[in-house]
Amino acid sequence: MRGPNDVGGLEDGPVDPSTHELAFWEKQIDGLRGVIGAKRIVISHENRRTIEQLGHDVYERLSYYERWTASLQRQMVDKGILTQDEIDARVALVRARLAATGELELSPEEEAKCR
Amino acid sequence: MPLERFTEGDVVRVREDYPIGHFRTPVYIRGKTGVVTRSFGAFGNPETLAFNLPGEKKHVYEVRFRQSDIWPDYKGNARDSVHIDLQDNWLEQP
Repeated sequence: MRGPNDVGGLEDGPVDPSTHELAFWEKQIDGLRGVIGAKRIVISHENRRTIEQLGHDVYERLSYYERWTASLQRQMVDKGILTQDEIDARVALVRARLAATGELELSPEEEAKCR
Repeated sequence: MPLERFTEGDVVRVREDYPIGHFRTPVYIRGKTGVVTRSFGAFGNPETLAFNLPGEKKHVYEVRFRQSDIWPDYKGNARDSVHIDLQDNWLEQP
């Protein structure tokens, strides 16, 4: 069984070595994961496992920090810290707020990821 | 402290096994034979830590493999090698 992370030896295109600015939310999720890890709520090894278990399709569609986010959400539900309903309600709230200020501008690809 | 089963210069084979779970041994190296180049000591086992379970520490070794032993159509220099860190429970005596 080869996980989506285990790509050694597989055909692929050239690696893009260019750097890019991190979005604010990416820094937020990095910080949040750091705190959750330091408090031993979800250790980094668990995060890595959950990312690998997103499945090939999801793994390939999500960016690096999107995977972190999806993994954390999954861990919160698995550990009974948050319910899916609570997460959904908060996401709806945030989306409504950003839509009102015009900050929510999703490309068709990003829209597809949200579904 | 677990037993250090291998030392520098030992020939080892990587277990050819495909269990379901969380493993750090890449698929392309399973079943291949190499030589231990370094012993790093014992570390927490990510295979159990991935489930937030303590488990027993495992020795980690650096193992050198010939590229031509890994890739059947390898066209580079015959001396080219790759060094991979592998933990004790994935190694066996060939």
